[in-house]
Amino acid sequence: MDQLYQPWPWYISGPLIAWVLLALLFVGKKFGMSSNLKTICTICGAGKVSSFFRVDWKSQLWNLVVVLGVIIGGFIGSTYLSRDTSVNISQATKDHLKSMGITDAGTNFLPEMLFSNDILSNPKACISLIVGGLLVGFGARYANGCTSGHAISGLSNLQLPSLIAVIGFFIGGLIMVHLLFPLIF
Amino acid sequence: MKFITYLCIGIFFGIILVKSEVASWFRIYEMFQFESIHMYGIIGSAILSGILIIQFIKRLQLKSIYGKEINIPAKEKTIFRYIFGGIIFGLGWALAGACPGPMFALLGAGYIPITLVILSSILGTFLYGLIKNKLPH
Repeated sequence: MDQLYQPWPWYISGPLIAWVLLALLFVGKKFGMSSNLKTICTICGAGKVSSFFRVDWKSQLWNLVVVLGVIIGGFIGSTYLSRDTSVNISQATKDHLKSMGITDAGTNFLPEMLFSNDILSNPKACISLIVGGLLVGFGARYANGCTSGHAISGLSNLQLPSLIAVIGFFIGGLIMVHLLFPLIF
Repeated sequence: MKFITYLCIGIFFGIILVKSEVASWFRIYEMFQFESIHMYGIIGSAILSGILIIQFIKRLQLKSIYGKEINIPAKEKTIFRYIFGGIIFGLGWALAGACPGPMFALLGAGYIPITLVILSSILGTFLYGLIKNKLPH
């Protein structure tokens, strides 16, 4: 039972994510989180400026309910199912981060440098999060899917477009971490 | 009833995202440094399980609980949008350390600054909709 409160190992977590995919397929839906960002745009009236957003958002409400669940699940997982939320990453990674000035690797769930609650007093962190979000939202829609739609759902269905997209995710991630992080941090 | 079903699936997913640590910025960074099997193990075993599940569904021609055929719609077969869109997404994923599922789990876990990521990702989606006709797909 104690293991429930520890971080879950990858060989448990990975198959569990596939169960989420299975559950959604069995209720006649598909697994794709970034579609919700488009639905939110539509609800906010984005259809007035682009036909891309002129879709029936009511048919997508089910996915927003999933998002609501994810928010609740995030709360339950961190509050009731964790004793502490430190992430025990590898020593090599901790050393890399230390050289970038991120010293709380291994003690926090997220780095203080980017996610502290007084973030508004830290312009660099604010800009990093805003630019990161812009790229995620823009890129997910351009690629027609994100990690759930392409990497999990698409690759499980052996779809070539998803493989291309996932290769793209990794090219982008490697460029950011290896070429741009040294310039940013 | 359907509402409860979707909500429960979401709660289950949200708990996994936190407990597996895929919602941790540190894990994403570590993945792109190739310094742990953790993220590769999760994504790999999720895909492997997913392949088995989908093959199983296809072979047995299983239907959804509403009696409809289960099929995952094929994505259009082009290249540009997947590679360019993918790279842009990857840049953001590594920088913010969160993709569109985990960002909501982090909100629930009480990390207020993630709100900036969520709002700007909605804005990013909006920007794509504005200029999509000018982009190569």
